[in-house]
Amino acid sequence: MLAIFARRMKNKTLLDHTALNYTLHRLAYEVYEQHTDFSNLAFISLQPRGVALGKRILAELERLVKDQKILHGALDVTFYRDDFRRREEVLVPSTTDIEFSIEGKEIILIDDVLYTGRTVRSGLDALLDFGRPKHVELLVLIDRRFSRELPVQPDYTGRTVDVVRDERVKVEWTDDDTNNRVILFSEDQWAH
Amino acid sequence: MGTLSTKHLLGIKDVTREDIELIFKTADNFKEVINRPIKKVPSLRDVTIANIFFENSTRTKLSFELAEKRLSADVVNFSASSSSVKKGETLVDTVNNILAMKVDMVVMRHPNPGACVHLSRHVDCSIINAGDGAHEHPTQALLDAYSLREKLGSLEGKKILIVGDILHSRVALSNIFCLQKLGAEVRVCGPATLIPKHLEELGVKVMLNLREAIAWCDVANMLRIQLERQDIHYFPSLREYSMQYGLTRQLLDELGKKDIIIMHPGPINRGVEITSDLADSEYSIILNQVENGVAVRMAVLYLLAGKTKASS
Repeated sequence: MLAIFARRMKNKTLLDHTALNYTLHRLAYEVYEQHTDFSNLAFISLQPRGVALGKRILAELERLVKDQKILHGALDVTFYRDDFRRREEVLVPSTTDIEFSIEGKEIILIDDVLYTGRTVRSGLDALLDFGRPKHVELLVLIDRRFSRELPVQPDYTGRTVDVVRDERVKVEWTDDDTNNRVILFSEDQWAH
Repeated sequence: MGTLSTKHLLGIKDVTREDIELIFKTADNFKEVINRPIKKVPSLRDVTIANIFFENSTRTKLSFELAEKRLSADVVNFSASSSSVKKGETLVDTVNNILAMKVDMVVMRHPNPGACVHLSRHVDCSIINAGDGAHEHPTQALLDAYSLREKLGSLEGKKILIVGDILHSRVALSNIFCLQKLGAEVRVCGPATLIPKHLEELGVKVMLNLREAIAWCDVANMLRIQLERQDIHYFPSLREYSMQYGLTRQLLDELGKKDIIIMHPGPINRGVEITSDLADSEYSIILNQVENGVAVRMAVLYLLAGKTKASS
C-alpha cells in the first residue's frame, strides 16, 4: 500500500479544480465568440469520456445564452474503431443518443483528451452516418500535441501538453463538481 | 471490456449467463444502429462470412444476412440444393473448401443434431449454429429472451410456457437453457406424444392441459407443429390439435389474462397453434422478435468476430 501511495504521490496534476473551472469557462467563451447564433448548432460528445466534459461546457454556455436551447447528443464510436480484431479484448459500446437531425447543422465534437487522433477519426465516420452536417469543429480539454498518428487538430483547446508516450493523461470528474482535475500518470501507474 | 467465453456459438448450453448479458448489452447498441438513417457500421469490413444452409430457411437466413451486411461483412451464401453435398462430399470437406477461399466465420444450419459441434472440431474458424436438427437454435433463444427482457425487464422468477411440438423443436431446447440461465421458470405444454422423454431432468415441468398452463404463465411461446419432421402421426388431426392446444382469445378472456405476452418463433400456422387475431393482438411481440433478431445476431457476430484476429 505504501509503495502504491508513494508512486501515486508522483502523479502530476496538470489542472486542479480551480484551473479546470477557468479553462471550462474560457472554452465556453471561445465557442460563444465563434457562434453567436446557437439555433443551428449542436454539441456531440464522444462516449464515454467526452460526455462529462460536454455537459459542463453546455452548462457554462447556457449561462451565456439564456434564451436559446442548445442541442446536445452523445456519440459512441466503438463500431467505427480501427483496432477491432487487433486487440485482445472486445470493447463494449456505450450508448449513442442523438435525438435530432444533424443534417445541415454546425456540429462541435467534444472529447476530453486528443491523443492519436484515431478516436476523432472514428467519431467523424460515425457522425456522418447520421447525416451531412454543415461543418464540424473539434473541442478538446487536453491536446497531447506530439502524439498524433492522424492529421487531426482541435479548433478549441483547453490545455496543450507535451508528454511522452508512456505517460497518460486522465480527466477526473466528481459527481458534485467539487474536485475535478486533470492528472498525468506514468504507464505502470495507469495499470493500477 | 467484454469477451465471450466461447469462440463459437454452438448452443445455449455452452454459454454462460455473463455471455448472454454481454450479447444483450451489445444488442442494445445495435438496435440503436438499425434505427439510424444509415443502418450500417464498418466493424466487420475485413471479415468474410459464409452462410451455409443445408436446410430451408427464410427468416433466419435473411436475418443473419442482414445482420452481416449491416456490420459491413462480405457475405457468401451456400445452400445444399446447389452444392457438392449432393455429389457425395463430406460436411468437413465442403466447409474446408469454403474456408480455403479465406472465409473467417461460418453460419450453419443443418438437419443433423450436433453437426455444428462436429464441424467446430475439424475446421479452424468461428462457427455459429443457425439450427441443427431438433437440437439447438441459439440465436432464436437469444432474441426471444432479449425481446422478453425488453418487455419485462429482468426475467428472474418469470413464468414462461412453451406450447406445442416440443419433441421436434430446436427452439424449445435453446429457449429452456437460455431462460433458465436468466432465472426464469420454464414449463412446457403439448400432447404427451410431442413431449420428449426425460425433459423433467432439465428442471422443466410438463403440463398436458393448456388451460391450466396458460393460467399459470406470464409468457406463452407458441411453437409450430413441425409436420415436415414428423415421420408418424403424433395426434389424430390438426383440427383436434388446434382445439386442444390452439391459443384463442376466448381462452384468455375466460382466464382473465390481461397482461400475458405471446411469442412465436415463426413461421405461424394461423388457426392451428394460435388464432389469427391473437397473433396480431396487443399481447403479441412476434414482430418485435423479428426486429430484435437482426440486432441480437449483429451482437453475436460482432462479439465472436472480436475473438478472431485480423491478418496483418
